[in-house]
Amino acid sequence: MSLRGGAIATTRQSHVLYILIKILPPLYLCGICEIASLHCVTLAMTIKIMNELRAIYTIWKRESIRYVRDKARIFSTLLQPLMFLVIFGAGLGGTLTKGNFGVDYIIFMYPGIIAMNVMGIAFFSTVSTVWDREFGFLKEILVAPVSRTSIVVGKISGAVTVASTQALLLLALAPFMGIHLNILIIIKLFLFMILLAFAISGLGLLIASLMKTTESFGVIMQVMIFPMFFLSGAFFPLTNVPAWMMILSRVNPLTYGVDGMRQIIITGLPVEAAQKLFLYPVYTNVLILLVFSAVVVSVATLAFNKRS
Amino acid sequence: MDIIEVKNLTKKFGSLTAVDNISFAVAKGEIFGFLGPNGAGKSTTISILATLLKADSGEAIINGFNANTKRNQVRKSIGLVFQDSSLDDKLTAEENLYFHADLYGVDKKIFTERLPEVLKLVDLWDRRSHIVKTFSGGMKRRLEIARGLIHYPAVMFLDEPTIGLDPQTRFNIWEYVLKLKKEKDMTIFMTTHYLNEAEYCDRIAIVDQGKIVALDTPVNLKKLVGGDVITLAAVNLDKLKSEIESKFNLKVKAHGGKLIIEVVDGDKFLPELFNELKEKILSVELRKPTMDDVFLNLTGKKIREEEASGKEMMRKKMRMRH
Repeated sequence: MSLRGGAIATTRQSHVLYILIKILPPLYLCGICEIASLHCVTLAMTIKIMNELRAIYTIWKRESIRYVRDKARIFSTLLQPLMFLVIFGAGLGGTLTKGNFGVDYIIFMYPGIIAMNVMGIAFFSTVSTVWDREFGFLKEILVAPVSRTSIVVGKISGAVTVASTQALLLLALAPFMGIHLNILIIIKLFLFMILLAFAISGLGLLIASLMKTTESFGVIMQVMIFPMFFLSGAFFPLTNVPAWMMILSRVNPLTYGVDGMRQIIITGLPVEAAQKLFLYPVYTNVLILLVFSAVVVSVATLAFNKRS
Repeated sequence: MDIIEVKNLTKKFGSLTAVDNISFAVAKGEIFGFLGPNGAGKSTTISILATLLKADSGEAIINGFNANTKRNQVRKSIGLVFQDSSLDDKLTAEENLYFHADLYGVDKKIFTERLPEVLKLVDLWDRRSHIVKTFSGGMKRRLEIARGLIHYPAVMFLDEPTIGLDPQTRFNIWEYVLKLKKEKDMTIFMTTHYLNEAEYCDRIAIVDQGKIVALDTPVNLKKLVGGDVITLAAVNLDKLKSEIESKFNLKVKAHGGKLIIEVVDGDKFLPELFNELKEKILSVELRKPTMDDVFLNLTGKKIREEEASGKEMMRKKMRMRH
C-alpha cells in the first residue's frame, strides 16, 4: 500500500516534473524567442528610424552651419528688403497718403516685405539643390544609405530654419517704423513665417526635382520669383484689382502669406479700413497654406524619389 | 572570393547603349581598373554599381548584395570618390567627414577614433579645421578619399580620381591609393583614361563603346603588342609604308602623321631597317609598349584623341560658374 502510495506519489511527481522539465521550458523558450524576435524586429525598426532621424538632423545642421557662416549672404538678404522699405517707403509714402490705406504706406508694405524675404530665401535654398545635384554635396547625400524622404525633410527643415531666422532679424526694424510688436505678435508671426517658409521650400524642392538641366535654374528664379513678389499684395492691396490679377494672385501662395502677416502686424483698424486691406481671415490663410504645403511637399517627395 | 560580380549588365540612354552586356568579377583586395576614353561607359558602370543608376538588364552583386534590390546594404559597403568634388566647401575638412559619418550611421566614438587615422593617411590632419574652400584640387580629392574611408567600406570606387590634377599630385594620390590597398587590404575599383595610371592596377578592363574589349594584368595586356614599338616620321608616309611592308613583310600602321611598327627586337631591327630603305626618314623613336599601344591595338584609335570631349568642357564651364 505504502509502496503503491509511493508509486502514485512518484507518478504524480513525475507528471509535475514532466510538465516542469519537458513541456514548460520549450514553451518558455518559444515565448522568449517570440519576444526576442519581436524585440529584434522592433529594435531593427528603431535603429532604422533613428538612422533616418539622424540623417534629417545632419542635413538640417549642414544648412544651418552654412547659413551662420555665410555672413555676406545674411547681410545681402537683409539689405534687399531694407532697400525696398527705405526707397519705396520714402518714394511712395508721400504720394500715397494715409487716407488710402488707413496706415502709413511703409507700415502697409512692411509685412509684405517680410513675407517676400521668407519666400526669397526658402525658394533659393531649395531650388539651388539643382546645383548641388550635379556639382556638389547632394551627390554625397544621394549615395548615402538614407531614404529620399529623409533628404527631402532635412532639406526643407533647413530651408525653413534659415528663412524664418532671417525674417526674425527683420522684425528688429519694426520700432523704427513706429510699429508696436508684443511677444504674442512675434510668436504668431514666427509661426506664420515657418508655415510660409514650409510651403515655399516645398514648392522650391518640387521645381528642383522636376528640372532637367541646371541652366533653367536662373530662368526659373526670374520667371517665378518676380511675378510672385509683385502679385502677392506686398506693394498694393489686392482688394481693388482687375479680374485677371485677382485670379493670378489667388494661385500665388505668397498672397496668403502676405495677407496673414499683415493682419497679425497691423491691428486695431476700423472695419471699413480693414476691408480695404485684408483678403481673408488669418485662419483661412493658414488653412490654405497648410493644404498647399501638404500637396507640394508630398509631390516633391514623390518626384525626388522617382528622379534619383 | 569575388567582392564584385557583374553579369550581362546593360544600360541604354535612348538609342545610345552606354553599357553593352558586360560581365566581370573583382577579387577581394584587388585594384581593378576600367580604362577607356570618355563616353566609353565607365562612369555609367560605376553609377550602376554604386546604386545611383538602375541597369536595364543584367545584375551586379557588391559585397554579396544586389545593387538593384539591396541598395542600402550596397551603399554601406562602398566608398565613393566622384569625378567632381562633392565636398561642401563652406564646411571644414573635419565637418565634411563628420556629416558623412552621420549619414552612414557611424558611431560617434568610432568616428573620433577613425578621424585621425584617415586624415593622417592622406596627410590632411593638420588642415582638419580649415574650410574646404581654401583647399587645392589635390587636397580636395585626398579629403574625398579620406571621407570615403570613414565608414570602412568593403570596396572603394574611384571615378577618375586624378582627373584635372597636375602630375605631381596625381603621383601623390596614387601613393595614397596603394597605401590604402597595402594597409587596409581594400578592394579598389577605379576608372581612368590616363594610360600610365592603369599600370598601377592589378587587372585592367579596357572598355570601348560600352564593351569590355580586353581584361587582364597590365603585363599580359602589353604582351598583346608584338614586342617593341617603333615610330617613324617621313616626308612621304605612303611610300615608306609600302616599302617597309614589301621589304620586311611587316604590318605597318599609320596614325597621326606617323608610322608605327611593332617588332620583337627593336634595337636589332633598326640598323637593318635603315640599311634597306630608300625612302627618307625624318625621325625615329624606339620604345617598350605602353597601355596606349595596347589600346590602339585593340580599338584602332588612341585614347587621348578624345580627351577634350564636350562633356569635359561643359564640366569646366560649370565649375567656373559655381
